[in-house]
Amino acid sequence: MPRETKNTIARAFRAAFPLTLPVLAGYFFLGMSYGLYMHSLGFSWLWPTLTAAFVYGGSLEFVLGSMLCAQFNPVTTAVMAVAVQLRHTFYAITQLGRYRGNGWKTFFLVFGMSDETFAITSSTPAPEGVDEGWFMLWITWLDQAYWIVGSAAGGIFGQLMAFPTKGLSFVMTALFVVIFLGAWDKAQDRRPAHIGLVCSVVCLIVLGPSNFMVPAMACMTAALLVMRELDARAARAQAPEGGDAQ
Amino acid sequence: MTLVQKLITVAICVAGTMFTRFLPFAVFHGKSELPSWVDYLGKVLPLALFAFLVVYCLKDVTPLAGSHGIPEAISIVVVAALYEWRGNTLVSMAAGTALYMVLVQLVFV
Repeated sequence: MPRETKNTIARAFRAAFPLTLPVLAGYFFLGMSYGLYMHSLGFSWLWPTLTAAFVYGGSLEFVLGSMLCAQFNPVTTAVMAVAVQLRHTFYAITQLGRYRGNGWKTFFLVFGMSDETFAITSSTPAPEGVDEGWFMLWITWLDQAYWIVGSAAGGIFGQLMAFPTKGLSFVMTALFVVIFLGAWDKAQDRRPAHIGLVCSVVCLIVLGPSNFMVPAMACMTAALLVMRELDARAARAQAPEGGDAQ
Repeated sequence: MTLVQKLITVAICVAGTMFTRFLPFAVFHGKSELPSWVDYLGKVLPLALFAFLVVYCLKDVTPLAGSHGIPEAISIVVVAALYEWRGNTLVSMAAGTALYMVLVQLVFV
């Protein structure tokens, strides 16, 4: 490999790694609990490890565990998989512009999408002089690796865990709070934050914790598009047709 | 379930997940310019989704029962205050998480 490329890759890694540390803590622990759960259902450590690598979606993997213990039902499984993961479609829409045009890297960026990876890559531009494609790819790969290693470890050593880990998963909440605040401080227009908050809370109250996700995202997307239309109308009303206004 | 049925079940989950992640990319594949509403969503939707993700993490908190969400509220205030004060992401997250663990393991048991 030419020296230039190697340096580019290494520099991107050094920029990406510190950003993923909270995910390291959270994913390793959550992955462990998933591996342990699969172990308790009687699966060898290979199952949590492979599903962690290829499905790579926390909630669906837990559901998958229980589906594997029930009767074979491919249709229900397919509907379940799409329904649980549909929020990724919304992440993908926001990342279209940045993820496209990265060649083979685009495949892995999309393949390894997760709540946390989306939150970090979309809130953090690559630092000056760092290759953006490699920067985003390292964040994606590191996060995915933490999850896989955690799941394998849970499947292998799960029961040996003696450390009182209750509450450790709060690191994810803390991560999202910090990312939200960072974006909030930077935003010139904070209406999207209000819209996101109101849609989420209202849908949570009305639909409950297991069904509110996709409706909330659909509501905020629709509300933002309406907001764009209203802004455009207001701008048109303020500035009448250019050229004729003499 | 037989081994083959189990493997098919896993494969369906992989395919379903891939579908949700690749769908927008497939729709706009080969188009060099994205429609302006997609560009717009790319700019404003992340902030709304970050708000969603905070709510998502708190979805199982019960304000009217158990610990009434008090450990979560205290820890989030600490994370936010530390972040706004020092601007250090890792320190605020580590402190908030440690505090939360102490609260749920020793105080609100």
